Amino acid sequence: MTNPASIAEPLVLIVPAAAAAILALLPSYRISSKLNVLATLITLSAALTLVVHRPNPSAYLLVDDLNVFLIVLNTFVGFTASAFSAGYIEHELENGKLTPTYLRFYHAMYQVLMFGMNLALMANNIGLMWVAIELATLTTVLMVGIYRTHEAIEAAWKYFILGSVGIALALFGTIIVYLAALPVVGEGLDAMAWNVLTTRSAEFDPALLNLAFVFLLLGYGTKVGLAPLHAWLPDAHAEGPTPISAVLSGLLLNVALYAVLRFKILLAANAGALAPGPLMVVMGLASLSFAAFMLYRRRDIKRFFAYSSIEHMGIATFAFGMGGPLANFAGLLHMAMHSLTKSAIFYSVGHVAQVKGTQRIKDIGGLTASHPLLGWSLVAGVLAIAGLPPFGIFMSEFLVLSSTFARQPLLAVPFAFGLLIAFGALIWRLHKMAFGDPGEAKHVPGPSGLKLLAVFGHLTLVFVAGFYLPPALTAWFRHVALLLG
Amino acid sequence: MHSFQFDVAHLLASGLVLASFMLLYQDRMFGVINVFVLHAVLLAMAVAWQAYVQDAPHLYITAAIALVFKGTVIPVALYRIVRRLDIHRNIEKVVGVGSTMLIGIGLVSLSIAVMLPVTHRAGAFTSEDLVFALAVVLLGLLMMTTRRNAVSQVIGFMSLENGLILAAAGAKGMPLVVEISVAFSVLIAFIVIGVFLFRIRERFDSVDVQALDRFRGDRG
Repeated sequence: MTNPASIAEPLVLIVPAAAAAILALLPSYRISSKLNVLATLITLSAALTLVVHRPNPSAYLLVDDLNVFLIVLNTFVGFTASAFSAGYIEHELENGKLTPTYLRFYHAMYQVLMFGMNLALMANNIGLMWVAIELATLTTVLMVGIYRTHEAIEAAWKYFILGSVGIALALFGTIIVYLAALPVVGEGLDAMAWNVLTTRSAEFDPALLNLAFVFLLLGYGTKVGLAPLHAWLPDAHAEGPTPISAVLSGLLLNVALYAVLRFKILLAANAGALAPGPLMVVMGLASLSFAAFMLYRRRDIKRFFAYSSIEHMGIATFAFGMGGPLANFAGLLHMAMHSLTKSAIFYSVGHVAQVKGTQRIKDIGGLTASHPLLGWSLVAGVLAIAGLPPFGIFMSEFLVLSSTFARQPLLAVPFAFGLLIAFGALIWRLHKMAFGDPGEAKHVPGPSGLKLLAVFGHLTLVFVAGFYLPPALTAWFRHVALLLG
Repeated sequence: MHSFQFDVAHLLASGLVLASFMLLYQDRMFGVINVFVLHAVLLAMAVAWQAYVQDAPHLYITAAIALVFKGTVIPVALYRIVRRLDIHRNIEKVVGVGSTMLIGIGLVSLSIAVMLPVTHRAGAFTSEDLVFALAVVLLGLLMMTTRRNAVSQVIGFMSLENGLILAAAGAKGMPLVVEISVAFSVLIAFIVIGVFLFRIRERFDSVDVQALDRFRGDRG
């Protein structure tokens, strides 16, 4: 009898790695795009197996309650994004924006990125996690620059420089965590393993942990896109291919936040260390308010939604900073809901940009009249992200707000204010894009319902989550929320 | 209590900090590259010394990577890039040399003030190593922010990475995985940069990042 988990766990990593190698060699982009979808589907099913059959932690890999939910989310959105990408790139080829050679590279990189993110989530070693996040960063840098326009190269360069600085600071923090664990755990791999660190962090030197956390928060915080370290994020989202914007926003930001959370657990268990909460509350609140105001001045549709991602990562960071079972629960829920909603929005935006031939908000109007199906799915997506009931984001934001009111009413005021400002910007822009004047441009037929399947799927999940969460899921979120302290 | 071993480690690590300072005031491309070679060689020596002192043979590999890859391969490649792009002289600094040096001194004092009290329990050996490492990291950051030219930003980034490797080598018994992977990531990172430089050169006549600023994020 072999445990299914012992097969599923390596599969989550091996499938993307092998697919990357095959896709790099395959010349036909038609087969590649299908193979890309197939590979992400297999990865998803392997990840789902992990939910039921939990493998034992090994020297390098660890699957526990906290990361298994992110692994499933990651592989699920990875799957839908690859399905969206298959339709999207065909259009880009017709436009001549990409050539088949670049597509070969694109598909291989897509799988490397999935590999990097899955490895970062599953790593049982703080060093390995760092390497995986760096790998994921470098692949996205290449993907952002793939159109090779002036703007794309500048965006990629900016992302590369800021991302590298962030990742360098994170490594410094990682080394200090190892030094803190050294006297307690002893030399070697154990002093970097999550399962060992988490159980013994109470005995670590608090001063070293504090120092490490500052570096880690700044370093990984850059990757989360927290203000004032967010400068790379809007450009990278706007200039890369849209499937990558969806993956960046929906997944990579979550992976970086996951890294911060893991380190937060270490500090929370140590009585002498500084409370990580206030730092995260401040950064979260700053990101939320800053992004909310910046939303009003955006003229590019993808950049607009990129700022909305900064806002939502700010909300999640704020929730985890508040801490306590309820706020942590809300933070986890918010990560999942934002990831699903934002990727759905980017899928619709990708189609919008293709039918309208532009990313400028000014030139996009009257979508519900010209392309009803596409227009209404964008409306639904934006209403969900703006936090209107009955969507899941309303629920998570409401939980964050009410738990903040119960404990720190003064903090709840700026938080609610930020939410309202962002809400206003989203509705204002949406109104024009969805119901404004469609303009006189020649009509390009919109995507078929089949191509929008991923959008409908995501939004349905978010919609259902707004009023019903399966009891098993709730119990599990609760349990993880307690782990987070 | 200060042994010979400690003194040599101290000397090499502080040499690295000095080399970081030298990077700050170079005003020619080739000068920057030459100083970076010195930086890499000093790093290789410092890491090799740590390998000897800690009796950790795997650190010799890290030292060798630093010497061969950062001290030889990359500088040669950069020389070629600089020559081909004809950017020998255009180092544009955002801040003047004098104030850059002053900021640099401030950063070194900052790293002493921050690190020494916190790490004293880890022992003087590790503690001072970390102080120097943080100083090199911060000076690398300073170089990246005060230079506009893409090649010198890349060198600033690599000097920053050197500081990280110094820290990793100073942390006693840190598993091999990390050193190799760090070196490996630097390799990947460099390939990326190489790709970028060529792309940029293909499309524009300059690798001055400022020249790319036709388009500004916030105006879009």
